[in-house]
Amino acid sequence: MSTPLLEISNLKTHFFTRAGVAKAVNGISLTINKGEVVGIVGESGSGKSVTGFSIMGLVDEPGRVVGGSIKFKGRELLTQSVEEWRNFRGNEVAMIFQDPMMTLNPVLRIDTQMIEAVRTHEKVSKAEARKRAVEALAMVGIPSPEERVKAYPHQFSGGMRQRVAIATGLLNRPDLIIADEPTTALDVTIQSQILSEMQTLCRKTGMSLMWVTHDLTVIAGLANRVAVMYAGKIIEEGAVEDVLDKPLHPYTEGLVGSVPSKNHRGEPLYQIPGMTPSLINLPEGCSFRMRCPKATEKCHCEPPVTETANGRRVCCFHPNL
Amino acid sequence: MSDTNKPYLRCEGLSRAFVKKLDLAGRIARSLGSNLREERVQAVDSVDLSVMPGEVLGLVGESGCGKSTLGRMLCGILPRSEGKIYYKGQDIDSLSAQEIKNYNINVQMIFQDPFASLNPRKRVRNIIGEAPLFHKLTTSSELDDYLAKVMLRCGLDPSYTHRYPHQFSGGQRQRIGIARAMAVQPECLVCDESVAALDVSIQAQILNLFMELRNELNLTCLFISHDLGVVEHISDRIAVMYLGRVVEVAPVEDIFNSPFHPYTKALLDEVPRLDRRGVDFTPLAGEIPSPLDPPSGCHFHPRCPHVMDICKKEAPVDMEIAPGRRACCHLATMR
Repeated sequence: MSTPLLEISNLKTHFFTRAGVAKAVNGISLTINKGEVVGIVGESGSGKSVTGFSIMGLVDEPGRVVGGSIKFKGRELLTQSVEEWRNFRGNEVAMIFQDPMMTLNPVLRIDTQMIEAVRTHEKVSKAEARKRAVEALAMVGIPSPEERVKAYPHQFSGGMRQRVAIATGLLNRPDLIIADEPTTALDVTIQSQILSEMQTLCRKTGMSLMWVTHDLTVIAGLANRVAVMYAGKIIEEGAVEDVLDKPLHPYTEGLVGSVPSKNHRGEPLYQIPGMTPSLINLPEGCSFRMRCPKATEKCHCEPPVTETANGRRVCCFHPNL
Repeated sequence: MSDTNKPYLRCEGLSRAFVKKLDLAGRIARSLGSNLREERVQAVDSVDLSVMPGEVLGLVGESGCGKSTLGRMLCGILPRSEGKIYYKGQDIDSLSAQEIKNYNINVQMIFQDPFASLNPRKRVRNIIGEAPLFHKLTTSSELDDYLAKVMLRCGLDPSYTHRYPHQFSGGQRQRIGIARAMAVQPECLVCDESVAALDVSIQAQILNLFMELRNELNLTCLFISHDLGVVEHISDRIAVMYLGRVVEVAPVEDIFNSPFHPYTKALLDEVPRLDRRGVDFTPLAGEIPSPLDPPSGCHFHPRCPHVMDICKKEAPVDMEIAPGRRACCHLATMR
């Protein structure tokens, strides 16, 4: 086995707020191989975005990575110097955010921003950098990129802005792209255009993709593997077909059941009772036990991780095996 | 209950245009001979639609197609530019003051954003209780019992009446919005993207609540959403809108099994589903055009795979393509 592209083990990112310590990411382990599309699914507050931020070294105060390790191509990231982080970010791993205006500066033209992104990491002439920018815009399907590159972000529509953000991410040909809900705010037709571009790019360039979303249906169509997060932990992980067709964890089962689908038109949807617990005040043991139909006395202790065939892992005392 | 064959709400040639007036400098420039014009957006363009009593009509379309504007006009909270609305068969322009009041009570709206649609400075008691008190559906001495009934029905704990909206989670806030609408015992709900802002598990809870309310109280419902999966789950009939016009109306099975309009087909192909794995996404080209300057003829022609010459010149008319199915496309006339 060659070294995986990204190897996260027992990562813990906590936020030290006045009200207490919020354990946003509480000991997750995940590997991403070259060319793989991995989906991270979870509801709001499950820690899926913070996982992405931790990999990029973008966790802000009062948050801190307090434990674990993140290895990229075998190299430890968490002990890097500030300088090394700068070289790493945008060059080897790029991140796309939900709101493209988080990536784009509203007062600078697209070309200024994209040329700057290229020249930060590579010594090339401005003309060469501009050529790369135009190529990247063409790659994500922006019509007449030579002219559009001179526009300001507000002159683009939402879907186009997201493409510009993706193109900016692609400039330095990263090995991994972390996409944090990039299509959540977009219409279905535009979402499908973006998904199609990303899919083609991954197949063409062998780039890996970590797709963070709350939408199981997008993951079903796009990803090879999926990790389900709940209250800062990965509670189930495996190939998309396995996890969505035969979920092992009661939470995954509930999630899949609560998605409206063709076969159950008009019937009541499955409801997961209760709400996500506060990250500051997590229950002892399994954090899902308050809402779990299968919970027993045992669940007051930390549930074990069971590994089954095909790289599948589940973190539960009562998996549907 | 009125005759079941008579539509509960019907609109005919309903239109709404938003006009941005020229400012002073613009008016001066125009009087000096420049060809500046007022900016005009035809948000809803001569829509005919009817909602039958007791049915759930889903209204779908991309953002900016005018579905919310249409919903607001049917509710009576947004004035029309043109066209007529019929409430239980009667033109609302000809209703008496008392009948108008009934219409306003019986048709209630539930909004998208549970954070923006509740007054942050009012307690739940006032938010839900104000309308029934005003309309004398209850008295102030019986208000507590009345509220408890409504809140329980909508899955809220009645002991929360003295809290403020910010003390609730998103899902609970949406329940408060529903309870507020249900408090006046309406016959018809217009739900504008009511589950779009919620997590899947919360969305399932709210959708189930809608379906329970509807079955118990025989509510009529116009369900506006951009999420086809949700609309498919809850609706009896579906209307598809594109750039201010309704392009297809059909029962839910027909629209999902055999969509007729090219736009409906394209839209359905894009819907990600749980059982669609390893999809090769093949998107519909182009984006929804600016409503400031819509394409000539059929608005969909620049993106349509079956575009013909006539589509660029003439707007297609709405016609019946099968019993209970209507579409607005030149392909329908050619069959």
